Amino acid sequence: MLSRTASNLYWLSRNMERAECLARILDATSRLTSLPQAEGETTNEWNSAIATAACMQSFKVNYEEANEQSVIEFLAFSPYNPASIRNCLETARQNARAVRTALTVEMWDAINGAWHELKKFNGKQLSHDDFTRFLSFVKQASLAYDGSAYRTMLRNDAYWFSRLGILIERADATARILDVKYHVLLPEKERVGGPLDYFQWASILRSVSALTSYYWVYQESVKPWLVADLLILNRQMPRSLASCYENLSRYLDDLAQFYGRQGNSQRLARAMLTKLSNATMEDIFQAGLHEFIGSFIADNNRLGAAIAEQYLT
Amino acid sequence: MTAAFDEMRASDGSIRPAYAKLAQWLDRVPADVLAYRRREAEFIFRRMGITFAVYGEAEATERLIPFDIIPRILTADEWTRLAKGLEQRIKALNAYLSDIYSKREILRAGIVPDDLVFRNPAFRPEMNGKPVPHNIYVQIAGIDVVRTEADTFYVLEDNTRVPSGVSYMLENREIMLRLFPELFSGHRVAPVETYTDDLLATLKSVAPASAPGDPTVVLLTPGIYNSAYFEHSFLADKLGVELVEGRDLLVKSNVVYMRTTEGPKRVDVIYRRVDDDFLDPLAFRPDSMLGVPGLMTAYHAGNVTLSNAVGTGAADDKAVYSYMPEIVKFYLGEEPLLKNVPTWRCREEAHLKEVLDRLPELVVKETHGSGGYGMLVGPMADKKTIETFRAKLKHSPADFIAQPTLALSTCPTFVEEGVAPRHVDLRPFVLYGRDRVRIVPGGLTRVALKNGSLVVNSSQGGGTKDTWVLDR
Repeated sequence: MLSRTASNLYWLSRNMERAECLARILDATSRLTSLPQAEGETTNEWNSAIATAACMQSFKVNYEEANEQSVIEFLAFSPYNPASIRNCLETARQNARAVRTALTVEMWDAINGAWHELKKFNGKQLSHDDFTRFLSFVKQASLAYDGSAYRTMLRNDAYWFSRLGILIERADATARILDVKYHVLLPEKERVGGPLDYFQWASILRSVSALTSYYWVYQESVKPWLVADLLILNRQMPRSLASCYENLSRYLDDLAQFYGRQGNSQRLARAMLTKLSNATMEDIFQAGLHEFIGSFIADNNRLGAAIAEQYLT
Repeated sequence: MTAAFDEMRASDGSIRPAYAKLAQWLDRVPADVLAYRRREAEFIFRRMGITFAVYGEAEATERLIPFDIIPRILTADEWTRLAKGLEQRIKALNAYLSDIYSKREILRAGIVPDDLVFRNPAFRPEMNGKPVPHNIYVQIAGIDVVRTEADTFYVLEDNTRVPSGVSYMLENREIMLRLFPELFSGHRVAPVETYTDDLLATLKSVAPASAPGDPTVVLLTPGIYNSAYFEHSFLADKLGVELVEGRDLLVKSNVVYMRTTEGPKRVDVIYRRVDDDFLDPLAFRPDSMLGVPGLMTAYHAGNVTLSNAVGTGAADDKAVYSYMPEIVKFYLGEEPLLKNVPTWRCREEAHLKEVLDRLPELVVKETHGSGGYGMLVGPMADKKTIETFRAKLKHSPADFIAQPTLALSTCPTFVEEGVAPRHVDLRPFVLYGRDRVRIVPGGLTRVALKNGSLVVNSSQGGGTKDTWVLDR
């Protein structure tokens, strides 16, 4: 396969996944702002949304204050934010056009259809209902892309590269969502385990569509360490870091076998998987969740770079 | 101008036999159903991303070519005669190219003037005396023909560089099969879907002698901003070959490779949809970002086949066109089976004088023009346009040819006012491999949607139709 094709497939999937993550972050934030707050308390959920999306710097260049209007505009529609939902979908379609031949008709339909649909949403005069519709459109688009890829692609290198893109992006997003909520969101005065805390953790779960899964798995009320367990170590949970790495490692091994050659990315992914397999929640909290996540995000970036170096250039 | 030949209706109003069932169907189906199906077709085309770009129009990077849902029908006999003529034509074009880049017997015999070759901007001195694999220059030609009477087909233009449009031929059929299955069940329509198999067989047949038994073929595109990018990706997909851009290829020790996830892989045949000028910045335009440095050396070393060959444009401009009957006779010793439109070469004084005298009744074309740009249709033009052309002709007569205005045949077409006759042409795609010539029955029918218009080019508001050749 052409390196350029592999690269476009990988980034196409990353961009679609990223668009969906942003939609989920916005959805969760908009829910959080409707929670009751203690008197005089000023939690800024919109600020945290920017932090979660990891684009605080470019946001500050363009806007003074993080509020509902500015954050929605920036994360969802801004042409100046290279990673806004709109730009992700635009770039994804460009990636798709460049590798039209490597996509199935269904995948192209999903991306191209979404791109045409996107034009109907004008960021400036969007009512609340329209915005809700927009978020669900983005999630549907990502699901349609993912589903069409899963159901129609040959299981060969093209498929594996598209999966790698999704998984690297998803691992990054899950880690960031956990980190930011834990450290930015909880107001200092608020008691850990208090009602606000409860809603915030529940909102994290909702933002990754995992609230119901949580109850299935743990059968008890929402607790921070269990949420972290679900999103970091639980392999049943498709967005968990462990699950992402289980799959990353598997698809990289498939590639290595297909091409008859192992490389740096296979070694890195396997090392990460081992690390996650041997970890316990106790260790992670003891050493500090924030530190754990920080080093995870750095490692995840390193794997992304290794994949690019080995296959995509 | 006499009334045009209508392919469905004879002059006495009766329906020609090939159209009998279609005419009945058209009578039966209400206009709103046709309108609904047309919208559906448009929706499918847009969803599939079957779009093209019109140069010089901002905001129009992606536009649909209007698709007419009423098929054009040719009988098996009509097609067989036409196909024989096309086969003869592509053989003559190849013989001509091979000759002008080697012995130049046609010049020595005085059949065509020297400057037709040497002053032709598409002539490539770099190809002088350089053999090409299997001595085939044009593997893929699009030969535009028009019809003026039941048995009279004229060649309007030979396209021997990078002819496009074949994806529309294939997609139009696909759409028709989806929208009107009931129409197909009443007709025996020859399939066009085999085109891509034929193309692949043709391309593989011209691989260099040094290539392995199963040569690696790629399709070279200028990239996603090219007006025909959809077609490039569509064809690569159907051929099952890699769609490469210049940056995906590299040349090492006169061998061409593509960059893959498994390292460099050797390439044997390049179906290139990039113009000569942009193929290799070391040989042609140094500012080309689309090409592959060193490609021409690999080509001359005989390690790769370019399809079509470099320099094939020297056979398809409108000045060469006017000599085609002589060219056919000279190389094949046969009478041309397809007619050439009588052509005045304005470079010749006597011709120019006659053209200037009869300007309002003639069609004037630029020798090197294409796409319907820079063209005068005398009978349709106002006085001012005619005078502008008169001045142009006097200023640089060698840049123009003139032809009588042909009454292009018409076909029933679904337009604003309902089903009405509109002028059409036909571009069949002719493939010339080492083993044989392959032509799928049909081609791309282009239709001038405006009432009375003779300009069918998609860049000038023309549309397309599915073309049916009925099996006997």
